[in-house]
Amino acid sequence: MSLLDVNKLDVRHGLLKAVREVTFSVEKGERIALVGANGAGKTTLLRAIAGAHQSTGGQIRFAGSDVTAMPSYQRSKAGIALVPEGRKLFTRMTVTENLQLARAAGRPGAWTLEAVLEAFPNLKPRLHAKAGTLSGGEQQATAIGRALMTNPDLLLLDEVSLGLSPLVVERVYAQLENLMASGATIVLVEQDLKRAMRVATRVICMLEGRIALEGRAKDLSRDQVTEAYFGLGRAKPAEAGAS
Amino acid sequence: MTATTYGIERWTPLSRISVGTSMGLILALAVGPMVLNANSLDKLTTLFIYVILAVMWNALAGYAGLVSIGQQAFFGLGAYFAVRLADAGLSVYPSLILAGVLTGLVAIPLSYVMLRLKDGEFAIGMWVVAELLHLLVNLDTLVQGETGTSLIALNAYDAATRRVLIYWTALGCMAGLLLILFTLLRSRLGASIQAIRDNEEAAASVGVDVQRTKRVIFVLAAFGVGLAGALYLATSVTFQPKTYFSVQWTAYMIFMVLVGGLGTFEGAILGALIFFAIEAWFGAAGVWYLVGLGGAALLFSLFLPRGLWGWISRRFDISLLPVGYRLKL
Amino acid sequence: MIWFNQMLQGVLLGGYYALIACGLSFMFSVMRIINLAHGSLAILAAFLLFTLAKTFGIHPILGLAIVLPVMALLGWLLQRAVLERSARGGQLVPVLSTFGLAIVIDNLLFQAYGADTRSLTPYVGSLSYDSWGLPGGIFVGKLAVITFVTAVALLGGLQLFLSSTRLGQAIRATAEDPDTVGLIGIDARTVNATAAAIAMVTVGIAGAFLGMRASFNPYAGGQQLIFAFEAAIIGGAGSLWGTLIGGVVLGVAQSIGAKIHSQGFLIAGHAVFLAIVFVRLFLGPQTYRIRAAFGMGK
Repeated sequence: MSLLDVNKLDVRHGLLKAVREVTFSVEKGERIALVGANGAGKTTLLRAIAGAHQSTGGQIRFAGSDVTAMPSYQRSKAGIALVPEGRKLFTRMTVTENLQLARAAGRPGAWTLEAVLEAFPNLKPRLHAKAGTLSGGEQQATAIGRALMTNPDLLLLDEVSLGLSPLVVERVYAQLENLMASGATIVLVEQDLKRAMRVATRVICMLEGRIALEGRAKDLSRDQVTEAYFGLGRAKPAEAGAS
Repeated sequence: MTATTYGIERWTPLSRISVGTSMGLILALAVGPMVLNANSLDKLTTLFIYVILAVMWNALAGYAGLVSIGQQAFFGLGAYFAVRLADAGLSVYPSLILAGVLTGLVAIPLSYVMLRLKDGEFAIGMWVVAELLHLLVNLDTLVQGETGTSLIALNAYDAATRRVLIYWTALGCMAGLLLILFTLLRSRLGASIQAIRDNEEAAASVGVDVQRTKRVIFVLAAFGVGLAGALYLATSVTFQPKTYFSVQWTAYMIFMVLVGGLGTFEGAILGALIFFAIEAWFGAAGVWYLVGLGGAALLFSLFLPRGLWGWISRRFDISLLPVGYRLKL
Repeated sequence: MIWFNQMLQGVLLGGYYALIACGLSFMFSVMRIINLAHGSLAILAAFLLFTLAKTFGIHPILGLAIVLPVMALLGWLLQRAVLERSARGGQLVPVLSTFGLAIVIDNLLFQAYGADTRSLTPYVGSLSYDSWGLPGGIFVGKLAVITFVTAVALLGGLQLFLSSTRLGQAIRATAEDPDTVGLIGIDARTVNATAAAIAMVTVGIAGAFLGMRASFNPYAGGQQLIFAFEAAIIGGAGSLWGTLIGGVVLGVAQSIGAKIHSQGFLIAGHAVFLAIVFVRLFLGPQTYRIRAAFGMGK
């Protein structure tokens, strides 16, 4: 049984259909790279899976249960964590407070405050700083740490490199390496195709709300993905159902 | 590619009919004293005052987005100025109009402070202003504190003449204010007003001078409500500060505008008519009547914020007054 | 010495204003809504205590054990039924809906209790007029001092609650970003309802102290709302302690005003309030943004 099953999901953004009949599955331990141009629907899709955005059609199943109607806080308690686009930290609260708030999800596990600080040592000197005063890299680390503190079964990362300098992005991904090596299940939105294809086990490319291409990272070439990304030529049809 | 021809029109057949009918109605009302009895004249005068209050509060809240719980400040001030002017020897009916003007003038410096406040702070801030003005007016020895005084100068006229004169004055003021507002809405300022109503930030970003526009509405509303206060004084003759500076007046205004329709001309008038009818039928029910008013305001603001007219105009796509632009392809 | 005495009385009066203002301030910083029914709810609490005292002979302080849970429940319902929906409707709706609610409460109270002014003073023994003598021939009312101490304790307690407890932190986070808190397992609706309940408990306490030191009638809510609002706005900057400062400034202004003129009590209060607003708007837009002023703890 897949960890996550998304079936013919429709999500609207105002009047615009941002996600159209998207269907895919995620197995435990997989790392999915979700790529696509701006406006392709990636962020909306992630938010819909996390429950931050209400879907208008289709179904989402997580760990065997139908979560389509569940509000976001319940999905967090069930084990889905989203690191939102733009970090969305509580700027007036300290790093420690931001991290510890996540205990509200009520999921004990390996990710404690100490474990998060081990994974992101650059936060150690900044524990009592207000989140609004942190640098970009520190903010990203805090945001990821906050999501990890809910001890999720599925981690959704939305554009962690957004607004960060290349060096800082390197550091963030280095920090994520251990996480990825430990077998965590991750869906990651990343604009940098090379990096996305390097860390992922599977790639899903979206175009105008639909899945344009899907396949194992090592089976796909960069050219194939680029074609699907821009909608050039004929894109490979999406593979329906669980893979 | 063929060029699409288009035209911009402001009047639709329906709006032509509406405006024509309205003007006819006002003319008909003007000859009212010839045909209607005393009771009807009194009631209509009260209705005219309510229409003024509703339209003015709507202009402030619905168009400029300024919710004020303190409009009674101007209502009381208008009546107070009327008393003072009449006492100073000015003829009664002109002093009513002048009282309104003076109230508008007071609103100008006030606007520079109050308009800087936002939302809830502005709302209650205006209430504080009303309370302060109430207290200050009480200090005037002519008013004799809460005992109040009367517009004695009215005694110069006999009851029948008084009734007709106040009727015409009220009708004239109402028609005049409606005309001013109508013209304003159709002007460039009107486009600014409606832009601010819909989205203040967006309006500012296309160059609308938000502060100046709001100031104009604020002062106009003060003038209108002040006039209404002076007119009400003329109908009830006595001036007790507590009555005129009571927050109850704002409660009435809110009810009329919420039930009738926030943000539309037609809605405010509809609200005044409904309020008038409800007061006529239920006014005697005492507190339950007031509970009903408050409850209606509460329910409408939560469930039907655009009021009855808002619902009607959406449902049937009607717009009676030509204050917008229509693109005709 | 007379002026010092007046100022002292004003400071103690400020304790009451801080008490009634803290719920309003708290609600605003959490939900960005100014609840116009605030004053009427305090009067409601006072009337409930009155009924308990008059009909059942329960001392008002003990009566709080019954009334405060009722107020908490009312706060919860208020948030879920009215404020939550109002907040979605834009900026105008919360003002209009809470004002409508205030009218409903005021008039229902009138229906139930009539126009007479009531007070809790007959039921608290000598507490309402006992005083302590200070050197210099100055007397301070015991009740006034107790009110002031209660205000300080309540504000301090709220501050501590917000900064140190998990629920308090959840309230602060929800106030800042109600959508994102859902992502870490916090139910924004429950958190806000709890915050409203807490605010209403403070309102209940304020109502009790109002009743014990003075009289009230069904339409007194508006006046109390205005005092609470003035104290909250004057204090404006930053933490809940600003509310204490605001209350004291208001109380002192009123007391000095009363000495100057027979009608000066209220006039001075409103005038000082408007003056401070004026000064703040024109001289210190960078240092005192009134909106940002309702921050949550330092």
